[in-house]
Amino acid sequence: MKHVKTLNTAMLKHTMAKGGCGECQTSCQSACKTSCTVANQSCENR
Amino acid sequence: MIHKFSMNGVNVVMDIFSGAVHVVDDVVYQIVEAYEEGDRAKVLAQFGGTYRPEMLQEAMDELDGLKEAEMMYTKDEYAPVLDQINARNPVVKALCLHIAHDCNLKCVYCFAEEGEYHGHRSLMSSEVGKAAIDFLIANSGSRKNLEVDFFGGEPLMNFEVVKEIVAYARAIEQEKGKNFRFTITTNGILLNDEIQAYINQNMHNVVISLDGRKEVNDKMRPRAGGQGSYDVIVPKFQKLAESRNQTNYYIRGTFTRNNLDFMQDVLHMADLGFKQISVEPVVGPETDSYAIREEDLPRIFKEYEDLAEELYERHKEGGARDFNFFHFNIDLTGGPCVAKRLVGCGSGTEYLAVTPEGDLYPCHQFVGLEGFRMGDVFTGIENWQLREKFSACNVYAKESCRNCWARFYCSGGCAANAYQLEGDILKPYEVGCEMQRKRIECAIMIQAKAMAEAAEK
Repeated sequence: MKHVKTLNTAMLKHTMAKGGCGECQTSCQSACKTSCTVANQSCENR
Repeated sequence: MIHKFSMNGVNVVMDIFSGAVHVVDDVVYQIVEAYEEGDRAKVLAQFGGTYRPEMLQEAMDELDGLKEAEMMYTKDEYAPVLDQINARNPVVKALCLHIAHDCNLKCVYCFAEEGEYHGHRSLMSSEVGKAAIDFLIANSGSRKNLEVDFFGGEPLMNFEVVKEIVAYARAIEQEKGKNFRFTITTNGILLNDEIQAYINQNMHNVVISLDGRKEVNDKMRPRAGGQGSYDVIVPKFQKLAESRNQTNYYIRGTFTRNNLDFMQDVLHMADLGFKQISVEPVVGPETDSYAIREEDLPRIFKEYEDLAEELYERHKEGGARDFNFFHFNIDLTGGPCVAKRLVGCGSGTEYLAVTPEGDLYPCHQFVGLEGFRMGDVFTGIENWQLREKFSACNVYAKESCRNCWARFYCSGGCAANAYQLEGDILKPYEVGCEMQRKRIECAIMIQAKAMAEAAEK
């Protein structure tokens, strides 16, 4: 495409099917640990 | 819902509900909101004076293609996921063990009141620690991966107990069908070769605390006698980071109103040779002189943008000057599922903190706060009402998250910060939200710019 370049192809919607297994790392979101957004985590179930 | 921003010469359009992120030219950047309903005449009338009609038609064709592929103008279809989450058996998968409610530093901004957590100085016994491991195993259902963080105060002030707890968990994990991942957070004062070797052998991750430049660090992180900590800890941290091959650790600092030029602290740590760096804003009421105020935000945003640009250049250059800044990490292709994005950290449900006496709290930041004790490791959860309250804490339950584009990236923020500053776990701390949104944009800009430059070549 000329006007748009898409950065990612994985669609959030597709994670609904097998999502929610809960094996992923806990993501503390306070500022006193190495807090993180969940967005920088990876899935344990791929 | 879409969100767009332009930073460091890159235009980004995010389609929030699909998670798609697009780098776009000026034409699409201008028309993307106006074209949401697919009304070509409206776009032509509004932008015909700026762009040629054939160019606008071409841009709209591309947007149609993306809409067709469900990567633009998608709708929120995720409410059913909450039922899926609620249907799960409640399990605990991570514990924060407060090994020592005591500390050998007197950090000015410490939420734990210099390690004492609104209580008195105390150390966890190995009996309490082992009971915590048993509690975790018994309450983890079919989860295999279990996390235990050794926290304080300063956990190295009670290191023999850390070792006993690790040995106990390792001895039983296989027969229980579990896999423990241990982490430790330390200020480094007591770090030595023996402890370093132990940490490297047993800890999946280690978080070491330094605020950056010597004068910045020593002002906020003095030792008990008032002298600075920088000279003692920096050589130890450098050695530790090298011994871990510069991976599986984070050197983390806190910036305050006193160092709004915190990029200099991040770069200082990079210059010291650290490759995994995390520096975050202090959280506190505006009555604290060092707390971040709303009026500081423009300055902080500029600092984040400059840091993102610098990091982008260093990534491009590679080699010795390159480093990883935790808060600009973002996994756009293989990140967590929607369920995880809706519930976030799981404090009070999947994640609990344990005091030296064995009391359970929703997380380390709630420890000692009246009304937040949930039970203890010997008898388990007693305050089910409180557990339910935390269980119902998700992005759809928070009024201010409902219209926020960042909600699938931040998951509604920190419940403890919300409670401390807004008095309600469902009311996110807005100044923190503002900074979080900026960090997400910076993280995306770094990837977007790399892609845009690669495409140009």
